[in-house]
Amino acid sequence: MAEKVSNKSVLFNPFSKNNPVIVQVLGICSVLAVTAKLEPSIVMGLSVIAVLAFSNVIISLLRNTIPTNIRIIVQLVVVAGLVVIVSQLLQAYAYDVSKQLSVFIGLIITNCILMGRLEAFAMANRPWPSFLDGIGNGVGYAIILVIVGFFRELLGSGTLLGYQVVPQAFYDAGYVNNGLMILPPMALIVVACIIWVHRSRNKDLQED
Amino acid sequence: MENLNIFIRSIFVDNMIFAYFLGMCSFLAVSKNVKTAFGLGIAVTFMLVVSLPVNYLLETYVLRAGALAWLGPEYADVDLSFLSLILFIAVIASMTQLVEMAVEKYSPALYASLGIFLPLIAVNCAILGGSLFMQQRDFGSVWTAVCAGGGWGLGWLLAITAIAAIRERIAAYSNIPRPLRGIGITFILTALMGIAFMSFLGIKL
Repeated sequence: MAEKVSNKSVLFNPFSKNNPVIVQVLGICSVLAVTAKLEPSIVMGLSVIAVLAFSNVIISLLRNTIPTNIRIIVQLVVVAGLVVIVSQLLQAYAYDVSKQLSVFIGLIITNCILMGRLEAFAMANRPWPSFLDGIGNGVGYAIILVIVGFFRELLGSGTLLGYQVVPQAFYDAGYVNNGLMILPPMALIVVACIIWVHRSRNKDLQED
Repeated sequence: MENLNIFIRSIFVDNMIFAYFLGMCSFLAVSKNVKTAFGLGIAVTFMLVVSLPVNYLLETYVLRAGALAWLGPEYADVDLSFLSLILFIAVIASMTQLVEMAVEKYSPALYASLGIFLPLIAVNCAILGGSLFMQQRDFGSVWTAVCAGGGWGLGWLLAITAIAAIRERIAAYSNIPRPLRGIGITFILTALMGIAFMSFLGIKL
């Protein structure tokens, strides 16, 4: 990066103005697949924050010793190592959730956010800003994940984190859960709505 | 017959984009015109056809619990499956390097238009996802893995070509609200196509 950016903007920009999901359009796959319920969304968000922050730090420490030709493989190996740790931890302490997430924990490796941030930021910056960048982008990703998971679980099954929140009186009065929200395509529509709201507030992000 | 069934299912029912939403990053970013989209689709198909059988052999003869029994009885209870992520991704990354060199040599125009997305095939979720699904489902033989890989690849190719064609038309002829232009409308289009593809559920040969 050419100009010097302050640590604060490195940490907070990805929350909204430069959000990895809705502005940079990275890491969409997992946003869509794991957000049918709120709980797996939160776990997935936390896992990505952890992997992103630590892989950023490790790559940033190694950045002067990695030959450019094989950097992708080196990055992948670092990320894969961290993901294996996360996946084993989840299997040990949160087995049900890790069953629900199935292959998607493994797919954190190929989450484009990771490669994108490693290429764009960690390869050119010192460890501490890289750590902040990892946290920032991870949180930006987790925010979107939680919003989508919130709406899909609320509208699709009438629960939040497994607890019933839509009162029984609603059902007696004829309210029905929207089964469509459980299906994966609806996640795309929810993300599209988030993009719509976000871009109508941030005019400079609109495309012609 | 069973392989043909898996092949057809992988294209339509288990479509990588519309059923699992894998490989979305490049799907969204490279689908602005049909020609580039088609080229990337071919590359992804090739990668899946090649990497799935290789990973299948790795899984069967090296990684699975008891897979090392062919080395001798003392290896029969070795379970290396925790290494599978790292080995799969290493296979995929090196295959990508090969494809990249081939494309650069034989089709420089395609190479220029794919740009950063060619090396990023290595991190295309559809390809690693294919290997992980293969691991989950216990395929019977290498040929099943080849068929599934081909099917998933063709399904991905079909999806990205279709969406690119729609986006070309939409950009030229329709009046979309400004905040939705570009990415927003593509998300909605993909969702509608995904709902349409759900009608294939339950197809059996």
